[in-house]
Parts: sequence; structure tokens; C-alpha cells
Amino acid sequence: MKYETVIGLEVHLHLNTRTKAFCACSTEFGSKPNSQTCPVCLGFPGSLPVYNKTALDYAVKVALALNCQVQEYTKFDRKNYYYPDLPKNYQISQYDLPLSLAGFLDIEIDGKIKRIGITRVHMEEDAGKLIHKGNVSLIDLNRAGVPLLEIVSEPDISSPEEAHEYLSCLKSTLEYLEVSDCDMEKGSLRCDANISLRPHGEKKLGVKIELKNMNSFKAVKDALAFEAERQARALDEGETLVQETRLWDDKQGATVTMRTKEGSQDYRYFPEPDLPPFTITKARIEEVRLALPESPKEKRLRFIRDYGLSDYDAKILTSSKKDAIYAEEVLKNFKSEAKKPAVNWLIGPMLSEANARGLSLSGLKVSAHDLCVLIGFVERQEVSNLSAKSVLTEMIDSGKSADVIIKEKNLVQVSDTGQLESVVQEVINANPKSVADFKAGKGNALMFLVGQAMKKSQGKANPKVLQDLFKRRLIDA
Amino acid sequence: MELFKLTAHELQDKIKKGEAAPKEAWCALEERIKSVDNKVNAYVRHSQPVTQNPQFIPIAIKDNICTEGLNTECCSRILEGFKPPYDATVITKIKAANLAVFDLKANMDEFAFGSSTENSCFGPSHNPWNLECVPGGSSGGSAAAVASDQAFWALGSDTGGSIRQPASFCGIVGLKPTYGRVSRYGLVAFASSLDQIGPLTKDVEDSTLLMNIIAGHDANDATSADIPVPDYTKSLINDVKGLKIGIPKEYFVEGIHPEVKKSIEEAINKLKSLGAIIKEVSLPHTEYAVPVYYIVATAEASSNLARFDGVQYGLRVKTDNMIDMYKKTRGAGFGEEAKRRVLLGTFVLSHGYYDAYYLRALKVRTMIKEDFDRVFKECDCIVAPTAPTPAFKIGEKTGDPLSMYLSDIYTISVNLAGIPAISVPCGFTKSGLPVGLQIMAKPFAEEVLFRAAYTYEQNTEWHKQRPKL
Amino acid sequence: MAIDRKTVEYVAHLARIELTPKELEKLEHQLQDILGFIDKLSRLDISQTPPTSHILSLSNVLREDTPKSSLPAEKVLANAPSREADFFSVPKVIE
Repeated sequence: MKYETVIGLEVHLHLNTRTKAFCACSTEFGSKPNSQTCPVCLGFPGSLPVYNKTALDYAVKVALALNCQVQEYTKFDRKNYYYPDLPKNYQISQYDLPLSLAGFLDIEIDGKIKRIGITRVHMEEDAGKLIHKGNVSLIDLNRAGVPLLEIVSEPDISSPEEAHEYLSCLKSTLEYLEVSDCDMEKGSLRCDANISLRPHGEKKLGVKIELKNMNSFKAVKDALAFEAERQARALDEGETLVQETRLWDDKQGATVTMRTKEGSQDYRYFPEPDLPPFTITKARIEEVRLALPESPKEKRLRFIRDYGLSDYDAKILTSSKKDAIYAEEVLKNFKSEAKKPAVNWLIGPMLSEANARGLSLSGLKVSAHDLCVLIGFVERQEVSNLSAKSVLTEMIDSGKSADVIIKEKNLVQVSDTGQLESVVQEVINANPKSVADFKAGKGNALMFLVGQAMKKSQGKANPKVLQDLFKRRLIDA
Repeated sequence: MELFKLTAHELQDKIKKGEAAPKEAWCALEERIKSVDNKVNAYVRHSQPVTQNPQFIPIAIKDNICTEGLNTECCSRILEGFKPPYDATVITKIKAANLAVFDLKANMDEFAFGSSTENSCFGPSHNPWNLECVPGGSSGGSAAAVASDQAFWALGSDTGGSIRQPASFCGIVGLKPTYGRVSRYGLVAFASSLDQIGPLTKDVEDSTLLMNIIAGHDANDATSADIPVPDYTKSLINDVKGLKIGIPKEYFVEGIHPEVKKSIEEAINKLKSLGAIIKEVSLPHTEYAVPVYYIVATAEASSNLARFDGVQYGLRVKTDNMIDMYKKTRGAGFGEEAKRRVLLGTFVLSHGYYDAYYLRALKVRTMIKEDFDRVFKECDCIVAPTAPTPAFKIGEKTGDPLSMYLSDIYTISVNLAGIPAISVPCGFTKSGLPVGLQIMAKPFAEEVLFRAAYTYEQNTEWHKQRPKL
Repeated sequence: MAIDRKTVEYVAHLARIELTPKELEKLEHQLQDILGFIDKLSRLDISQTPPTSHILSLSNVLREDTPKSSLPAEKVLANAPSREADFFSVPKVIE
């Protein structure tokens, strides 16, 4: 690779406060257009903003979770520009004295930890929504005024894969704080990217191109990959790249030029006169820091320590807070020696079911208690592993509990050697070739014979017991 | 005695004693308006019928204070037809105090940009003392209405002198409260860090009554002070013995009309004879107040007026694309002074000029405030002229914006420092035009203002004079 | 500080105000005069003085995160120069 890729990401995060940033309108999703608005968020003449206390708290939490320096003095500024989704034709945002600076997020890439710097996290309000319809644009201001955090990374990201990992890590970290849904599809997390290329070893940054309109983490990765290639080709051909904004077209799988704006915007930032500044004391910052919930990393380490999980397994189970809570609900019912089966059930059948259905572990709606009951059946060898898996599927589909299904389907394993001996004998009699194979040392033969016996017993026989019986019969004989 | 000639408190007394009913007061007012407002033009939108709210005493409201369901257009074409869906906080308080919002709004300079009410899209108001003269601005309509007995009292707004200067030109009492004393929620913003709503009244007592109603913290206004409101009527004390009054020497340099100077000096002597201690003080940065104001106020205004774009309310010029819609709507909707100020304000905030203009102005603002802080360490209040001249003729200054701006020279510093100030009538020129005396005090010391103003008023007869219409 | 025609045109664009040539010319002169007058501020030594953005020394003014009822859509759109159902309608925005 001739060129080094330099990427910075700018993330806008919706805070899930009950009300908007500067007024008491509800932020609930999906209402009729312009039904969650008031003179303040509509920017009617005479209206004035007052900041949401919870939004400020959430902002401090996020800043701390991202290892930023929370500033003791911070204020809002007006960012002035004209656009129909911006009712006042200025956005209340932060310019020179933002809430926090100089943080970082550690991501794992190729087995190594890489630290991505975070330049700043600041507070601002969202704009409304525009719908284009033929010759007109329609405006819905329900979203105008929703509190946002802008999280700007340093240009420390070096590949589309790293960008994807950064976003996943960011989402995971922020989700744990429960301050946002962090969902790109729902629009509570938006991401713009800046990418430039420079020859290896070159200190000076190349021409920076901004990418917009990416609606998923994958789109971000794909857009960056496409753009890196496009820029590399252009540079190879001696082209001079022009600083511009490009839109990702998912269907085409390409970035396209936006109509070039006439120069950069002059936002005429000045301190927001309607909002007094904020002083956040060191004591308050410490208070918030101490009250921060366990981070994904902390939980992962604790799972490894307390439940004897492998790093890999712990990572999977803590990737989402909901799942981690669910997993812990299950695991705490098992003594440390007996935890392995529970772990295997979570990582194995439960996770497969979840992935197949596009749900989270907790989304399967199998209560932790009920899963433990099912695992108990298996551990006591009352139900075979195979049967238990289908019981699980049924539990998820029907919502019925484990013991109800096991009873209904009469799945309790037969482990009684007395009952099974006759089956074993029948199978031996019916399969002389396999018997001979087994005696000749072919390992598969035993499995085959056990399989036959399972069939004969409609899957109810305990395969381990069958194995023992076969072995005894055939070796002794 | 014709009811419309009464002050609000005199009317209240009569009503309490059963000698008059509010309905009669409304009728009297309506008659008065029919007979004189064609000459004064204090009110706008005369075609709108005056609906009677006969149980309550009416109060006139400047056209930039939001009144639910009642047109609030800031006397600008761009807000044509705008009916706010909410009441300003002061309106809510007024209604709760059993006053009625008068259905006709008072004339003003468009968006409060002006010192003469000549910038109204409804045409100028006329000074009731001399119809060829301006009533002052931007609350010229409110002042003219009160002075001509077309209102018992009125609310206006003051950003650089817009209550005090018209009060001075019209011979009535006008108060700009301390910044943050009265809620700005519902006042169409001109300069957010300078604006205040305040009373225009026939005497000091009415001013205290109105302040009792409108002052106070508002959760909807993050810049309103959470300080208890005293009973301002308790400041109606006829005594200034020992009151330390500072006279700023910078306010008596060239440019002051000789008859204004004479009236002010006589007023100062009057206060001295009543026991006040007079001393000369200095506000050295006075000469920088007007430039600072025309940077800070226009910068804030340029941003506050960005919302007038034809999208949600008001005038819209029909076009087929957004950029044209913005430009043509604002081009057609804003008057000349509004355009001038918005452009100036945009310029001083723009890239490359912010430090030299806006940031510098904010620093000089600090200096101006510190001047007052220093003086208030040794004085209880400051006395000065409200305006350098009496009311000028309509059309006299419209060709020269700078000369118009300089007429605010005595009032502007007060807004920059955020302190309260009141103008009371203190005499007339030979040609019969009123002169106003301005009294300033430190933040939240309206009680000192009221006491000094009341004492002066009660020991003179100026407030009893009325123009002949 | 000289403000020329081009600057006035640029500022008018920033402020989204269409000016006639006559207005442009008039404003150029008037703004020139006003800026000339304002220039006296450059005489002062401001190096030791902090700026005043907020005249009251308030800080940390916040409100509780408790929803209040919003305006009904009818009231929101009552003043709209153009609407379609419950939306404000404007000429197409060209991206």
C-alpha cells in the first residue's frame, strides 16, 4: 500500500432524555408530525431556551466514560446558518469552550489494543426532519431541539476496519451508560467521516474529504473502503483532490459528489446570550465518575474472574449490556465448578437461536430461571443434549416453560440400563457388520450403533448409558 | 372629570369606591382614541375592532410583546398577520393581576430598531405635545398613548433607551428595570443581553404598581434573576435627605441642547434643596457606549432576526427555490433600518472581523460596567439627562442614521451595564416640548430609583401637565 | 476600516437579504460611516480586560427533565404561509 489512510469520525448521539434540550416537549419517537413542538423548539418569536438538567448529567457521564477532561467552565454558542429544518436559523451548540476535551477510546484490532484519541465531546440540539416531495420540501419539527452530543475523534483511525471497530466499541461503551439507544438504524447515532490519504512517511495530511449519508456501521466501513480506493487511484493518476463533501450511495456502493458549496461556511459563532454558562466543580465530576455503571471492559474482566470464562466467551457475553445482565442472571445460579455447562448453553444454543432470529439473548424471552431449569435436566441426565436443544427452540417459539414441554413431549431420557439392555441387544443382532467393524477397531462403528439404538428408542435413550452398554456387551463377548 | 385623564391608581381608587366601573373606563378610552388617535397614531391596526373586556382595567402593550391570539407584528411587514399561540410571561402576570390586555397594540419602530417610531411599517406616531415631532422610540406608540390619555398605562421594551427616551420626549414616566428583573419570555428579541420590558406611566406610583405585577423570576427565561420582588409601592417615600447623587461630567459636554441642560440643572438643584447630596462623578468610557452598543446589539439582533424567513409564519414571497425565498422574503419584509442593523450585525460577527469588532466590544462593555460599579461605591444613584435634545421633528434625522444613533447617548450605557434607570418629566422647552430627567441606580436597586423619582415628582408639577389635543 | 461593495454583497448573502442596486449603494456609504464611527474603539487598550457576554453573574440554570404538553399541531401551523397536512411546506431544497 503506497498510501496511509487517515480517518476521523464525527458521531452525533441522541440522548434519551424524556424531554428536549431546551424545552419540555416530549422526545418520544414516532408521533404525528409537528405534534411534539412548542414555541421554544419551533423558534417562535419571543421564545427562550432553558437547558435540560438530565442532558447535562448524561453529557458528563459520556465524557467521563470516554476518558475526557470535563471542563469546569463551559458555555453554549450560536452556530448561525440558514436551512429549513433549523427553525431559528441558528443551532445552539458549543464552539470554543466545549464540555470536554482530550479523551480516548481503546479498540482491539488484530489482537492488539489501539488507542483512538477523542478531541472533544460537546452538547448541542438537533434539527427537524425534511421530506422531499416533488417540488416542495415538507418540514416536521418533532425532532428539532432533541439533545445531541457531538463526539469527535482524532484522525487516529487508519482503516475502514478500525473505523468499524471504533464505532462498535463506542456503541458498546455508551449503551452501558444507558444514555442513548445508540442505534444507527433508528437514527439515534449518526456518523460522518473524514478521510484523507498521504504517502507513507509523509507528515503532512492529504486533502480531507468528508463523507455523509452512511446509515449503518457497515455502510461507514464500505464507504471508507470505497473512498480510500478512489482516492488512491486518483492520486496514482496524478490528480489533485479537492476538499469536498461526498455522499455514500448504498445502492450504488459508491461515494458521489454533493453539489460543491461556495467555500466553507461562515457560522459566525458567538456566545449564546440567552443561556448563562455552566460551572462543573471537580467534586461534581468525581461524584459522577464514581457513580458510573460498570463499563463493558470492567464487566468482561469480572466475568473472566468470577465465572471462569475465557476472554473470548466473556467478550461475546458482554458485548451488549442487556445480554451481559441476562448471562449473569443465569450464571449466578451455578456453583463455580458447574458453570461450564451454563456458559456453553449461553454461548452455544442460546446465541445460535438469538443470531438466527436477529435478537439479543434477552430478546429470546427465555427467563434466566427457566434456562437454568432446562440446564438442570441435562446435567441430571434426565434429558439428552439433543432433546434439550429442541426443547429450547420450543420454549422460544411457544413461550412455554422447560418442564411443561419436557412433560408434554415425554422427553425424559431413559437411563435405566434394564430397559436399554434389550434395545442394545436388538441393535447388535440387527447390525452384524457394524459389530464386526467395532471389534476390528473402527471407532465410528460404536457411534453408528449408538445412533441406531437412539432411533429405536425415539431419542429417549441416554446415549452415554447406551455407549457403556454397547462397550460392555461387545468387548466382553 | 373625563375618566381617561386619570392615572391607573386613581382609576383603581374610583372603582374601589364604586364611583366608576371598568366598563366606563373602556368606553372613555375608546372615545378618546376615536377622537385623537387619527392625529397621534399611537396604535396600530385600527381596523381591528376593540373588543371589550369590561371587568378589568386595560393596559396598552407594545407590538413586540406576544399576546396569544392577538396580532404581534413588531410593526414589521415580515411579521404580517402573525398571531402568537402563547402569551409572554408579563402578559400572563398582567392577566393574573386582573388587568386586561388592550386589543390595539402600541406602535413602535420596526423590531425596536429606532429612536423615533419613524421606522414603523404603519407610519410614525406623533408627539402629543407637538404633532410635527416624533414621540421618541422605539416605544413611541406606548409613550404617545399614555401622554395623550389614550391609555392609562402601557408596557414597552428598552434595549438602548426605548422606554426612557420616548418617556422623556412625551413628558411621562418610563422605567427600564435591571436586566433580569422582568422576564423576557415572549418579548420578540432584539438584543438578548440588553432587552428589558418595562412600564410607561403617567406617574411614579403607577410605575411601582406595574413593576409589582411584572417583576420576578421566570423558569422560562434562563436570564431572569431569582431574587424576590419587594413591594415597590413602599418606595413611594417623599424624602431624599442624605441621598448621594452622582452627576457624571461626561454627560454634560457639547451636544446637549441648552434648554435640556437648563432643565436638568434646575432639577438637580431641586433635589439638592430637598436634602440630596450632589457630587460630580466620572464615567470615563461614556463616549464608547454608542459604538459598543451598535456592535453588540446589532450582532445579537442579526442572529435573533434570522428566524424571520417566511417558513413558519409571517410574510412569504413565493418562489420556486429556498434561497430565493429567504432572500426575497427578507428583502421585501424588512424595512431600511432593520436591513442596516442586520447587515452591520452580520458583518461584525463574520470571519476575520469577530475579534476586531465583536470581541473588542464585549471587552469595552466590561469597562463601561466597571465605570458604574466604581461610581455606585460612592453614590446611591446617578442623575443625568435622558436625551440630549427634546423631541425632534419627524423626518429630521431619517436621512442620517448615525445622527439618530447618537441621540441614544445618555441611555445606552445603562443597558450595557445592566442597571435600572427611570425617566421622569422635569420641565419643558420654550416651545413646549417636555424634558426628561434620568435617574440610574445599581442592579436591583429600583427602590432607590422610585424613591428619588417620587420625591422629585411630588415636589414639582410637571407630571400633572397634559398636552392639548 | 473600509467596507466595499463586494463585502456588502457578501454580508447580504450571509444574512439572506436581497438588496436592490440602489439599496446596495446607499448601504455601502452608510455602513462605511457607521464603521468609521465605531472605529474609535480601537483606541482602547483591551489587553487586560475580560469580555462580558452575560451581564448577570448567573450560572448553572437548568430545568427538570419532565415532559409538559406540547402545542397542538393546529396551533403550530396556524400561521404557516404554506402547509401540507401537518407539515410546513417550502419550495424544494436543492442539495
